[in-house]
Amino acid sequence: MSTIVLLVITGFGLGAMYFLIASGLSLIYGLMGVLNFAHGAFLTVGAYGTWYTETKLGGIPVAPRFVLAALVGLAVGTLVAALVELVLIRPLYGRHIEQVLVTVGLALCVTALASAIWTSDAQFVSLPRWTSETTGVVGASIPNDRWLEIGVAALVLLALEAFLRRTRYGLIVRAGVENRSMVTALGIDVRRAFTLVFAIGGLAAALAGVLAALYFGTVDPQRGTSLLIFAFIVVVIGGLGSIGGTAIAAVVVALVQQFANYYASSGIGDLSVVLLLAIVLLIRPSGLTPAAAT
Amino acid sequence: MALLEVRDLHVRLGGSHVLQGVSFDVPEGAVTALLGRNGVGKTTTLRALLGLVPSEGLVTFDGEEIAGEPTHRIVRRGIGYVPEDREVFSMLTVSENLELARRNGNGRFAYVYELFPELQERGAQRAGTLSGGQQQMLAIARALLNENRILLVDEPTKGLAPMLVTEVAHALERVCEESTVLLVEQNLAVVRRVAEHAVVLDTGRVVHAGPARELLDNRARVHSLLGVA
Repeated sequence: MSTIVLLVITGFGLGAMYFLIASGLSLIYGLMGVLNFAHGAFLTVGAYGTWYTETKLGGIPVAPRFVLAALVGLAVGTLVAALVELVLIRPLYGRHIEQVLVTVGLALCVTALASAIWTSDAQFVSLPRWTSETTGVVGASIPNDRWLEIGVAALVLLALEAFLRRTRYGLIVRAGVENRSMVTALGIDVRRAFTLVFAIGGLAAALAGVLAALYFGTVDPQRGTSLLIFAFIVVVIGGLGSIGGTAIAAVVVALVQQFANYYASSGIGDLSVVLLLAIVLLIRPSGLTPAAAT
Repeated sequence: MALLEVRDLHVRLGGSHVLQGVSFDVPEGAVTALLGRNGVGKTTTLRALLGLVPSEGLVTFDGEEIAGEPTHRIVRRGIGYVPEDREVFSMLTVSENLELARRNGNGRFAYVYELFPELQERGAQRAGTLSGGQQQMLAIARALLNENRILLVDEPTKGLAPMLVTEVAHALERVCEESTVLLVEQNLAVVRRVAEHAVVLDTGRVVHAGPARELLDNRARVHSLLGVA
């Protein structure tokens, strides 16, 4: 029983990270039709922004230092995402091949740049003591950072739903996912919504970078790319442009991965996720909830 | 005086020269019908005027050049658009569709609800679950919500049951009484009821322009230009 509880809760923790990366990816593709291969780079920027700031903030207790550094990491990730949209993506709307080339190139550049400056080795992050301790639940010792990851992802899910349901920009995004040209024909400058969605996606990915630093205890240049692959799978399973579907798919993918890795063999988890993707594509090609930005 | 002037408008789409130098005027305060057989470029003309498809040529609105401007800026000059096939946002509710269309201030909700009371009753219903006629009403209401100088209305009665055609045509009549309208319409009975001017397109060119009644009263001319009796 305790093993199952442990696998479920750590699965939710992993799913939280997948959700944070995939939510932005899903909105960006749903609204703008941009397959953003550079999305993992926002995670890397957020993670390295946090780690680098932390190394420069000496003399402050670890917990406030980490929080302060995380805020800087989030700000940098958001800013970089907005700049990428304004400078690189905006001139390429509707040109899908060029978008793929540019975003793949950017992802490679960010990984190479991080490796060149800080080496390709993982860098250890100083974490608040509480995050590396455990809490007992039905006999299982759950690492505390998992609670933080789950809580943050739940808050982001609620915030995104509130943004989409209760704000005018949210309305524009939901309509834009369905019919972008009709939104402009109503006199709305949809490009502003594009930049905003990119920035929100960048913020969520940077947050995933911070949480990945908590989860793994390190930052490394390849992490954005490796997590992005699972985020793409989550987006496809959840339904493009659907935040609710993305949340469900993130949890399902992470649980399948955790259970398969534990009960079968390490590494089988990744294979199981690909198998799950194939099954969903065969049964429901448009994903679990193929609704527009819901 | 013409509110909208179109001169030598060309549109090329996927290797086809769809509009080949279209020129016409839309006088202020009147309804101009843009007519022609299927596929002659009527919808493309409206979309080109709004900047929804790339075009070449001169388009002036109220004396100012608008060709080449982004669509949202063209629309914000006071141009309402009712697209072919309605294009309501099916996943949004009726109220959300209208709220999205509201550009400035409060929007003329009272006016559109008076014109289409059903929309108020169905405010919380998803637009995708409305009937074709109700979706058409919503598409028209969306364009009427703001104080526009001109409405571009594309086949508002297309695909509707005869009873609904009458209902939509009646609403259109009311709209036409107070707005300048450029109307694409296949139903000549509707055109006869509302239009004062007619422009006929054929294979991407204007082949007739003049008073609508004069054209519609000449059955032989209607037959030769539009292929209907």
